[in-house]
Amino acid sequence: MSRLFVILTLGMVALFVISLVVGPAQIGPVDSLVALVAGDGSPLTLIMREIRLPRAILAVLIGGGLGLSGAALQGYLRNPLAEPGLIGVSSTAALGAVVAIHAGLAASLSLGLPLAALAGALIGVFLVLGFAGSQGGSLTLILAGIAMSALAGALTSLVLNLSPNPFAASEIVFWMMGSLADRSIVHVWLLLPFAFVGAALLVSQARGLDALTLGEDAAQTMGINLSRLRLVLVVGVACIVGGSTAVAGAIGFVGLVVPHILRPFVGAQPSRLLWASGLGGAIMLQAADIAVRVILPERDLKLGVVTALVGAPLFLHLIYKTRRGLA
Amino acid sequence: MNLCTDQLAMLLASPGQLISISNIASDPLVSAMVDEAATYPMNFGRAEEIYLLAPDLVLAGQYSRGNAVEMLERLGVPVLRLPFAQSMQDVAANMRTIGAALGRDRVGEEMAATFETRLTTLREDVATPLTAALYSANGYTTGEHSLSGQILLAAGFENIATRAGIPYGGVLPMELLIMAEPDLVITSQPYPGASRSEDILKHPAIATLRSHQRRATMSDQQWVCGTPHVLAAVESLVADRRALQEASE
Repeated sequence: MSRLFVILTLGMVALFVISLVVGPAQIGPVDSLVALVAGDGSPLTLIMREIRLPRAILAVLIGGGLGLSGAALQGYLRNPLAEPGLIGVSSTAALGAVVAIHAGLAASLSLGLPLAALAGALIGVFLVLGFAGSQGGSLTLILAGIAMSALAGALTSLVLNLSPNPFAASEIVFWMMGSLADRSIVHVWLLLPFAFVGAALLVSQARGLDALTLGEDAAQTMGINLSRLRLVLVVGVACIVGGSTAVAGAIGFVGLVVPHILRPFVGAQPSRLLWASGLGGAIMLQAADIAVRVILPERDLKLGVVTALVGAPLFLHLIYKTRRGLA
Repeated sequence: MNLCTDQLAMLLASPGQLISISNIASDPLVSAMVDEAATYPMNFGRAEEIYLLAPDLVLAGQYSRGNAVEMLERLGVPVLRLPFAQSMQDVAANMRTIGAALGRDRVGEEMAATFETRLTTLREDVATPLTAALYSANGYTTGEHSLSGQILLAAGFENIATRAGIPYGGVLPMELLIMAEPDLVITSQPYPGASRSEDILKHPAIATLRSHQRRATMSDQQWVCGTPHVLAAVESLVADRRALQEASE
């Protein structure tokens, strides 16, 4: 277990450094890292500190958060198909963010944007869990997720279409696919409290999730308060997804792919899968964000496109496996 | 049927000659002639309403309202499609074209001549041109071969986009903008209602770059259409350039 921890941490740090030295301005890797630390007021320092550093930090926070949320949801529902993007929570969070921006809430209140996205995410999680039931049957869960995504997506498009701003309508893609391009340190500060509170809440329930693998009755006899567990998980997931979506749009599949790959390495134990998925999510999103900048640097390729290209085939594979399990 | 042809027509037509203009000409954000526009009946660029007005001539932009314009042509309404002004020569040529189309050749010729003289007096030879970048939503910049690029050149600035290899227009990554260290960053005017695309203009990196610069914005009123109003944009940029040069001396 500790070996996995070391490998994942090293991978995350390595990608963080690569992420800092990749960008449209052709600067040598050594020069750019020196400029980041030195801070001599040159344009190089400005680029490193105000453009690349926030982007790298956001990739770690959001990727880690999404990986953690996916692992927590899957542990609670005991269903490998649960993921914030797929069950529609990211879409409702995006709707909250878009409403906040266009109602002027984001401009008038400094935390207005993430708070509105958090509210959207909360409503999304509650509705989906309500529809799917605590047993989390795959079919109802996915169907509820599809319905929520479609509804929230349509409402998001509606708000953007009605905006008097000519650029708003073209942003539908951003809110549905997500991007870290041109985000600033302001967004890091917006996200940070939500990411940390959310992660703390999820990690605090690790023991409960382990107990749940034995079934609900067994968990209850072990002294786990299921309704409390559920509430804390919902709030934790909503914090992370709300904060992430508010600054980077809805990025899907991270919470699906990462726990799936790491599950065999942690002996399918939810508590260990939580932190492993956090690190793994940070790795996956950083890799995707580097890919976006290397493959089509001039096109602002959306992050969600890359994660979906990786994640969707895996999702189909999981559905196939689930179907065989049912038969 | 087009913001730019509307404005030229309002300037050139004889009283009573112009029977309707597009709704965009009344938008104070993009139109420099809102007050004048209020005195004309408005249309929304739909083929049906324009056909019912039974005009002798419809003035449309080269690319605007393609379907409606084609429909009018099919219905036998004469349409003049005015090319998009991409240079100062185009602006003067368009004035002459519209003047001729309205049977007011002399007025059009006069306006074009005045425009050319005023432009020549504004243009001066600058020994060491300052650099400037046009920067709008989503990091879009425009190069030399555009009206705004020509306004920049006329005011004696060197366009950063040209150096970055963007002749017409395209996205200039923020990192490259900052590496180029332009003397002036001219941003677009924000539209009402927020958008994420316009967030980029408030990015801390841009703010730091501009912190020791003069503020300059391009108002769509003066920068979009090839009308005499572009001279006002050139004038204000020339003032910016002089102030910058004095400050550096």
